[in-house]
Amino acid sequence: MSWFEKLLPSKIRTEGATPKKTVPEGLWTKCEMCSEVLFRAELEQNLDVCPKCAHHMRIGARRRLDSFLDPDPRVEIGAQLKPLDALKFRDSKSYPERLALAQKETKENDALVVIQGALKGLPLVACAFEFRFMGGSMGSVVGERFVRGAHACVEQGIPLVCFSASGGARMQEGVLSLMQMAKTSAALTRLKERGIPFISVLTDPTMGGVSASLAMLGDINAAEPRALIGFAGPRVIEQTVRETLPEGFQRSEFLLDHGVVDLIIDRREMRDKIAKLLSILTHQNHQDQVASSK
Amino acid sequence: MDLRFLDFEQPIAELEGKIESLRSVQDGGSANIAEEILRLEEKCKALTKNIFSALSAWQISQLARHPQRPHLHKYLAGLFTDFEELHGDRCFGDDTAVVGGVARLEGRPVMVIGTQKGDDTRENVYRNFGMPRPEGYRKALRLMRMAERYKLPLLTFIDTPGAYPGVGAEERGQSEAIAANLFAMARLNTPVVCTVIGEGGSGGALAIGVGDRILMLEYSIYSVISPEGCASILWKSAEHASKAAEAMGITSAALKKLNLIDQIIEEPMGGAHRDVADTVQRVKRALLDNLEALEQIPIEQLLESRYQRLMRYGSYNEYT
Repeated sequence: MSWFEKLLPSKIRTEGATPKKTVPEGLWTKCEMCSEVLFRAELEQNLDVCPKCAHHMRIGARRRLDSFLDPDPRVEIGAQLKPLDALKFRDSKSYPERLALAQKETKENDALVVIQGALKGLPLVACAFEFRFMGGSMGSVVGERFVRGAHACVEQGIPLVCFSASGGARMQEGVLSLMQMAKTSAALTRLKERGIPFISVLTDPTMGGVSASLAMLGDINAAEPRALIGFAGPRVIEQTVRETLPEGFQRSEFLLDHGVVDLIIDRREMRDKIAKLLSILTHQNHQDQVASSK
Repeated sequence: MDLRFLDFEQPIAELEGKIESLRSVQDGGSANIAEEILRLEEKCKALTKNIFSALSAWQISQLARHPQRPHLHKYLAGLFTDFEELHGDRCFGDDTAVVGGVARLEGRPVMVIGTQKGDDTRENVYRNFGMPRPEGYRKALRLMRMAERYKLPLLTFIDTPGAYPGVGAEERGQSEAIAANLFAMARLNTPVVCTVIGEGGSGGALAIGVGDRILMLEYSIYSVISPEGCASILWKSAEHASKAAEAMGITSAALKKLNLIDQIIEEPMGGAHRDVADTVQRVKRALLDNLEALEQIPIEQLLESRYQRLMRYGSYNEYT
């Protein structure tokens, strides 16, 4: 300890000042909400929900669907679709460069993964946005995959569940991406006309064009705790109205209070709750019920 | 500098100024001056044509937002007879940024909905600069359903920077209000023609912009985000708005090329604000042509082709 540090009262001496034994990278994670240091493996088992404060961390599309769906059957829909640079868009980087970076980082071709599978034995199509892929932005591939998922539901008479996590439309595809709002919303009319349930689960964050289209069109709109959900981003609103925003503004609980979402579901209860809701809407029993009635 | 003119219009403004001053001299009456005026007028026309033949996307954005550009009420007055405005969403209030009502177009009953910008600051404040709140979209939805019930073709007019980003708007479900309209318009049981007359700002414009025919005035724009917004995100500064406008392809010509709109309505030389009456007539012609064509199609078939058209939106590669 240096002479200066010795002068400091012990309570304002920080731990970091003395070099600690280094921990192997990735073994421990700090909760960004309560700052608790968490054992990575344990956290993963808890579906990336902090065991101490129940903060829901963002999780990727594959993990989301993997933890939600039964292990089999699973058939991916629209994996063969890949994005195209129709506008030859370029800012500081070209669109193809940004796509290549995102693809390398996420191992995905685009920001939506759609899988036909089952939930406690109930057949359904589930899709999830990959937020790390260009902010989960909705371009042509996202729109087309969503629509193919919806059409599979219509053909087979099975429900659709979508976990959204997106900053909105994909600027690099211009109005083509704007039109995906109209396209995905239109596809949902077919489900409604045939009485096929669509459950939309809004996760952190669901903003802009995704929020203002498919994500708000569920028969049931559910949200994960404390997810940021809204049309305009908080910074844009702050600049427009020139006042600080109320505490908890645009969070799930705020939306529940204002009647925008039906319910908030803890990620660890997602399978149970969605299975329960779908089994009621489709007049079926799911596996747990079948097992308990034996 | 004449503030009624945009930067790139200044050479035209100067020439017109000269013509104007010559005219005031001419009151004395001289053949030479009359000839000079004629010569300058020809020159002015050629200059306008020249400038307007090579406008950048950013210049077109400025025209689309030109303070003198005709806004919705000019079309309501010029296109229709018997227009009667209908107010309110029946739940919360009446949004003055959205104007709707029943009217007649060349005698035929129609439903009209549009976003309304103001012509001056006072009116712009009243109209919230043409930025709707959820109750505006819900009023529109109420009128769409009425159009469906009474078999009135729906004509929408788009001129908005976008949906209003405010605390109250979020509290009352701005996203849901927009989404509900996209959902309803996709299957609305009546012909729908949407016309972008100025600024087509993102989801806030699309919320009254899904239909059987999408028309755009030549110097209007339609974009997923404002050029300034795009520039501040991707270029980290709104000053690069002109680059963003170019990159996003927001002009009627670019959107026609991508097959996202059906028809470009040509504007009078120098833009809609140079001859409002002529512009309104051109829009009227286009609306009548399209309505006549749509009315020939059985409604079931119309809805199916509207759906198929929505499904075709997008550009991607498919590998097998």
